[in-house]
Amino acid sequence: MSHPEHSDNVGAKLGMWLFLFTELLLFGGLFILYAVYLARYPHEFSAAGRELNVTFGATNTIVLLTSSLMAAMAVTSIKRGERGTTLALLAGTLGCAGIFMVIKYLEWTAKFHHGIYPGSPKLVAGPPGESVFFGLYYITTGLHGVHVIIGGAILSWIGARVKSGSINKGDNVALENGTLYWHLVDLVWIFIFPLYYLIL
Amino acid sequence: MSVAQSNKPVAASFWNDSGKKGIGSWIFSTDHKRIGLLYLYSVLGFFLVGVVLGLLLRIELMAPGRTIMGAATYNALFTVHGVVMIFLFIIPGIPASFGNLVMPIQIGARDVAFPKLNLFSWWLYAIGAVIVLTSLFSGGGAPDTGWTFYVPFSARTGTNVSLAVFGVFVLGFSSILTGINFVTTIHRLRAEGMNWGRLPLFVWSLYATAWVQILATPIIAITLVLVIAERVLGTGLFDPGRGGDPIMFQHLFWIYSHPAVYIMILPAMGVISEIIPVFSRKPIFGYKMIAFSSIAIAGAGSLVWGHHMYTSGMSDTAVMVFSFLTFIVAIPSAIKVFNWITTLYKGSISLEAPMLFALSFILLFSIGGLSGLILGAAGTDVHVHDTHFVVGHFHYVMFGGTGFAFFGAAHYWLPKFYGRRYREKPAIVGWALMFVGFNMTYWTMQVLGMRGMPRRYYDYLPEFANLNLVATVGSWILATGLIIVVVNLWRGLFWGEPFGVNPWNGATLEWTVATPPPTENFEEDPVVTHAPYDFNKGVGIP
Amino acid sequence: MTTDTAEHSEHIVSYKKLIAIWVTLLVLTVATVLITRADLGAWKVWAALAIASLKCGLVIAFFMHMKYEARLFRTILFVALVTLAIFIGFTFFDVLYR
Repeated sequence: MSHPEHSDNVGAKLGMWLFLFTELLLFGGLFILYAVYLARYPHEFSAAGRELNVTFGATNTIVLLTSSLMAAMAVTSIKRGERGTTLALLAGTLGCAGIFMVIKYLEWTAKFHHGIYPGSPKLVAGPPGESVFFGLYYITTGLHGVHVIIGGAILSWIGARVKSGSINKGDNVALENGTLYWHLVDLVWIFIFPLYYLIL
Repeated sequence: MSVAQSNKPVAASFWNDSGKKGIGSWIFSTDHKRIGLLYLYSVLGFFLVGVVLGLLLRIELMAPGRTIMGAATYNALFTVHGVVMIFLFIIPGIPASFGNLVMPIQIGARDVAFPKLNLFSWWLYAIGAVIVLTSLFSGGGAPDTGWTFYVPFSARTGTNVSLAVFGVFVLGFSSILTGINFVTTIHRLRAEGMNWGRLPLFVWSLYATAWVQILATPIIAITLVLVIAERVLGTGLFDPGRGGDPIMFQHLFWIYSHPAVYIMILPAMGVISEIIPVFSRKPIFGYKMIAFSSIAIAGAGSLVWGHHMYTSGMSDTAVMVFSFLTFIVAIPSAIKVFNWITTLYKGSISLEAPMLFALSFILLFSIGGLSGLILGAAGTDVHVHDTHFVVGHFHYVMFGGTGFAFFGAAHYWLPKFYGRRYREKPAIVGWALMFVGFNMTYWTMQVLGMRGMPRRYYDYLPEFANLNLVATVGSWILATGLIIVVVNLWRGLFWGEPFGVNPWNGATLEWTVATPPPTENFEEDPVVTHAPYDFNKGVGIP
Repeated sequence: MTTDTAEHSEHIVSYKKLIAIWVTLLVLTVATVLITRADLGAWKVWAALAIASLKCGLVIAFFMHMKYEARLFRTILFVALVTLAIFIGFTFFDVLYR
């Protein structure tokens, strides 16, 4: 190309926000189903929700909120040129992601152990509303977990670029965009937590 | 080697000025024009596959009873015909091919906002296509559920539904990325002086389309994931025996698939808005209303999905609400039709191939739109739901509408990008055969539907035999016309007469650049000083 | 053509502000747990959703920098949210009245 590529940070962020809207709508479809089935099976949803561990759910909420804090702080630190701090904060965010996934793993395996998984005989035999609740629970938290992993991968890659210097004080919209994706993961969980763990 | 004999444009252009050669310079290119052509060949190839499948269906339906295939094959065939035509041709169709080719130049930009993402979107299309094709020949074989994949059948059938819908899922992401790219491009990369009120109407239509791609496609994505979950995990979310509601599948499916038809038609309407003023030598009538109507169609089209579900068991309240809202969507479409016709009035009409396709679009789309009203009105819909009336309706709007607009765009713009042109006489003959064959095929279906012939049935009552024969013969005439059109384009674009910079005398920016355009599009960033259909002033730097 | 020179000078959210928002979010999380323990019946869901929306608003405005972005960003977010609301709401025209 004979002309140097100019960067357009506003355009890059606009593109990222548009992508986040697609994620909003993706999870939105699952929330449509949740809303409909909650209206149809209020008691079964309460009963099933009681089988989820509020302590784990609340801990994970705090873990993700903290991860979001660190991700947001990382944007501040890179814009101030504080490379070391940025890397530490990104590591912290990833650490929180790891804690989240461990807790999720513990929750799921505990449920499997009790015979609660999609299509399980216990669910098939039990009240339909509870089967629906757990079907939605696994799909929603499963999809959310996939996004935690993807977000972690994105932030790791961004961390590598911060380390190498290609993301820096003057050029950091990639970090901003990466953290925007991460915040989405937090936002979705902010709704999952009360709807699945607290409707008792 | 003379220009007429060579089969490549000789001047420096995006075909040869990047210094790269070979297939790698195409499938790894981030040039929007090369990506547009990659899409063009892909979607046109799949269109022809879909046509062959459609012709096979019509041969089977030519006479009652078995003609060339059994019932299971028939079910698979109409499913694959639908999936290929909808997800591999029409939805990417005009936006991904002509949108990519033309839109950045029309706004005075060098490329789209995210060129690498653009290439990635084509790769996702290619991968999605491979996955869908693989599903036809693996596992339990081609899906037989219809392209709508309704539960409970899609959750239980032994055919390869999971792989097929996964392929569609990947294709959906391709569509989303195109939408994100186009919205950002149109917001951020317009040339100086190219304000929103001077955007070509094709760009307005792509903008509205892109929003629908962004907001609606994710819903089909999650719906397809849920179908796979039903089949593989047994989640039972749509299974009444497990507390699920099959009608919820239909809601989720149509929340995307209704707006999807606006993804299909809006860019086509944009093409018509480009061609009509140029071939009438008159500025378009009601520019603002046409621009506004594109946004209105996108918005209102997101409110009406329930009109596909009147007989599903949904509440009467919902039936009435969705029926009422459906009438509202007709209004902005009608505005466009009125404005196109008014543009023609007292214009200096030039009936070349692009204009013939555009004019026939107006007629065929209007017929389809009117039959849409019969379907949108809940009372009349009950009589024709799931009959061939529906099949006739959507072929009128999707083929008579978008399909014809696609070929109009091909004749209008491709000579600019290839540097050579098609021959006019075969184009007109091909168009005429397409027009006659089309109506013979699909008008007949509307009549058959009214008389009670169901859709997606392998066989039919003997009283429908004659009209089915007529429709099949019509499909052969249509196919003949298509072959002539496609071959004429193919020969002309590679070996035809040189095209020149602006033989159509268009006033939008793509007609100011060289033929074919260089990779950079513009030597200097253009400055725009007047409206896109102002034929007296011309365009470019004053 | 807009370039970065036309942008506002880089707005940076201070660590102090971010931590303050985080504390608020934690308080709101506790509030959500408490309010769903109260005997509110169906209103529990709406109360929980209201607090969740407030939390999301804070994350979007401050962590995601929306408060400091151009108005276009807020407008398109509004469009996306309204779209989702319509998809949920219109489905209830069916589900509520069967």
